[in-house]
Amino acid sequence: MIQYAGIALFVFGIYGLFVNRNVIKIIVSINVMEIGLNIFIISIGYVTGSSLAPIVSSTEDLGLVYVDPLPQALVLTAIVIGVGTTAIALVVAKMIHSQYHTFDLDEIEESV
Amino acid sequence: MKKLVGFVVSLALALVIILTLNESALFPAFGEVDLAERISSQYFNLAQFEAVGSANIVTAILAGYRGLDTLGEVTVLFISSIGVAFIMAEQTRKRIELDYKANFMLRTGSRLIVSLILVTSFYIILHGHLSPGGGFPGGTMIASAILLLYLADEEFRSNIRGFKILESLAGTFIVVTGLLGLIFASAFLENFLPSGTIGELVSGGIIPIIYILIGLKVGSEISGIIDHFLSEEETV
Repeated sequence: MIQYAGIALFVFGIYGLFVNRNVIKIIVSINVMEIGLNIFIISIGYVTGSSLAPIVSSTEDLGLVYVDPLPQALVLTAIVIGVGTTAIALVVAKMIHSQYHTFDLDEIEESV
Repeated sequence: MKKLVGFVVSLALALVIILTLNESALFPAFGEVDLAERISSQYFNLAQFEAVGSANIVTAILAGYRGLDTLGEVTVLFISSIGVAFIMAEQTRKRIELDYKANFMLRTGSRLIVSLILVTSFYIILHGHLSPGGGFPGGTMIASAILLLYLADEEFRSNIRGFKILESLAGTFIVVTGLLGLIFASAFLENFLPSGTIGELVSGGIIPIIYILIGLKVGSEISGIIDHFLSEEETV
């Protein structure tokens, strides 16, 4: 079920990209899409019943059934890269605001 | 009109995604994953036989088996911090002024809380191979301490040059550790130290060393980004 929640968040983000003309809101939409994808990737590694975090305390524990650690490692990578892209996007938004004194793309097109 | 078109297009996209996933035989139902069929079971087996020493298998994958990926990931963050510095580069910069006046209680209390945040972040970084967390969350916590200092003290200005030096040194040492693996073992970023007993603080070979360096690098990079966001052009 959580997989569908992830897909729903992704689609909300795409809807936000269609509707919004504010730079900050576009960046927030991209982040919502990213969170949806991260939830989706995490959810495909979940194992019902065991639901143990992939942390072993001794070598005997290695026989137990854990959730899949590989999607978690990939999502950790994805989160960090998302932070980097968001930082760049926010800097561009700040430069747009310092030049046009607005975040709205329609108002910028009118003023040009 | 635009809202309607956007709604229809995104609804159609959701339907396409869900239908494609339901048709696919490769896509398992939620929670019904057989780990024995997946690549991850190899990592558990390797941890058993080779005694990687990292109790946290996610960390073992991130800093051990796929260390080169993590090096690339840190490089992406480095490039984005360079990009922020490049776009906002101005000759004379001063920090932005706060709308409120920080009083004595706020300044003193924030220093106290910052020390606690820093201690917790170093704890998380040091125990990255034993418990959830590690270099990336710990590094962002260091940056959050810097952000708190910026917001609570109007005189505060972080030493951006020191952060740049720390970041470069941490990045260099990650590569040097990888090259040492090439010399003492067979591959780049391969473990060449004794891995020790699983679950102890000093264990895991080079994984804790790399994760500490990643934590310092991420913390200094994000602190640099915060400093760039909280400073503006000097109006003469």
